[in-house]
Amino acid sequence: MKILVCISNVPDTTTKIKFAEGNTSIDSAGIQWVINPWDELSLTRALELKDDATSGIKSVTVIHVGQASSEPTIRKALAIGADDAIRINAASSDGWFVAAQIAEIVKKEQFDIIMCGLESSDYNGSIVGGMISEFLGIPSVSAVSGIKFENGQPVMIREIDGGKEVVTVPVPFVAIVQKGIAKEPRIAAMRGIMMARSKTVKLIEPVSVDPLTEIVEFEKPAPRAACKFIDAENPALLLDLLLNEAKVI
Amino acid sequence: MSVLVYTENWDGKFKKLSFELVSYATAVAKMFNTTVTAVSIGKVNESELIKLGNFGANKIINVNNDKLINLDSQAYTSVISEISLKENASVIIISNNNTGKGIAPRLSVRLKAGVGSGVSRLPLSMNPFIVYKRTYSGNAFAHLVIKSDIKILTLSQNSFDLIETAGNPTIENLSPAIDGSLLKTVVKDVQKQTGKILLTDADIVVSGGRGMKSPDNWPPLVELATLLGAATACSRPVSDEGWRPHEEHTGQTGKIIAPNLYIAVGISGATQHLAGISSSKYIVAINSDKDAPIFEAAQYGIVGDAMKVLPKLVEAVKEIRK
Repeated sequence: MKILVCISNVPDTTTKIKFAEGNTSIDSAGIQWVINPWDELSLTRALELKDDATSGIKSVTVIHVGQASSEPTIRKALAIGADDAIRINAASSDGWFVAAQIAEIVKKEQFDIIMCGLESSDYNGSIVGGMISEFLGIPSVSAVSGIKFENGQPVMIREIDGGKEVVTVPVPFVAIVQKGIAKEPRIAAMRGIMMARSKTVKLIEPVSVDPLTEIVEFEKPAPRAACKFIDAENPALLLDLLLNEAKVI
Repeated sequence: MSVLVYTENWDGKFKKLSFELVSYATAVAKMFNTTVTAVSIGKVNESELIKLGNFGANKIINVNNDKLINLDSQAYTSVISEISLKENASVIIISNNNTGKGIAPRLSVRLKAGVGSGVSRLPLSMNPFIVYKRTYSGNAFAHLVIKSDIKILTLSQNSFDLIETAGNPTIENLSPAIDGSLLKTVVKDVQKQTGKILLTDADIVVSGGRGMKSPDNWPPLVELATLLGAATACSRPVSDEGWRPHEEHTGQTGKIIAPNLYIAVGISGATQHLAGISSSKYIVAINSDKDAPIFEAAQYGIVGDAMKVLPKLVEAVKEIRK
């Protein structure tokens, strides 16, 4: 079996976001770009499954839709342990465009499990994984917080409102993963970094797809009012404010 | 044209989330001077269905087929897309919860409809169709143009107020033929929490961080939550340490919540944590470090040791509840 892990290139989560060009694009000065946190967890779990000989996973490939500037993020995924990578050479205009590109690749190269993060920390779309599965007409399982193999078959835990379900679907399928899928993201070791240099990044030109959406402006949330401090000895005053000023209890 | 809203049910019951969706759909329909059709899938009584009318649904399509007991995103997408086409829906509204995240993108491909996910306000303009959506994990909002004829919006939970209207909806029962070969999801086991207030549904949340110092120190926090009718939550280090279950983790990679009141106890307020709670209407911070970033996000703050402040707060709540 082969796993494809979809990765997104996003600003490090501690970045103070600033915008440029009349608030139409992110100001990339000083930003450190990283693998989207959910994708990093997907990759970690995919590699753990490959390490377990009983799973039957033979290879883990990462795929990314983006320009040459995201090469360092792809190399990082290879250093963490992915066997090879595919980069679709295009700006990721919207979720529809990205999903259509990845679906084209899956049509040509057979993958059994396609893993996508629940969302990316930049556009917070939560749509690419579901779209890929529908473009391909294959099952998808969303909010997957665990995946393991039982008798050669992948078994997943999916989070539902107020609980969990243990589910199976036949391969090929898309697993849209969330927190819990792996305990901690795997870190690249020196040996991995060295090996990554000789791994293949296949460069593929995009197919023609018109995006359905476009961001025309960004805005920052309105600043909050200054904090009112209450004496630690007098929590009753806090309750009074919550009761009569905020009216929330 | 019409506005279509998918209203999920939980064991045959709707909840506040469902009524928020219908209220939002009704407000969007007003902008377009059109009507709202709500779609429910599963076994829901007429007395429950009719409640959707109280928030403006003009028509309720009650889909019932035993094959649709479990959520299978392909099968649900087929049902909703067929109804959308029949109802000539130009805007489709779905929750941004786990179910909605499973269905919305599939529906998008089926109908070639652009998705605006995580909307928290009414569309900013109708032509072009521009929505206001969460980006950069709450550190920014985007004005997103949806160019397709059909638009899909997923609504953030607790972001739109309920609007009651006197309604007199029609109910249409539908038992679509379901191609069994489409149903690929097999649910082998279900584990449900019972009797607990769900974090994503809660109006009040009491949350603990590393400042709680030990998992043994949670009882006063849980007591405070119980007294306030609140759900309990925690920060990422706390769930990573296994002090609390990972379902309680709120923050960028955990749950994104928007309660009316969020009480952060011993949480310093890292960017990643704030990403999960910044849409809360009010934030209270209790922290021993007066320079902790959580105080920049909070409206009310107490500088003090959580273990000393919590018992006093519990006593004070008991006092006012007398």
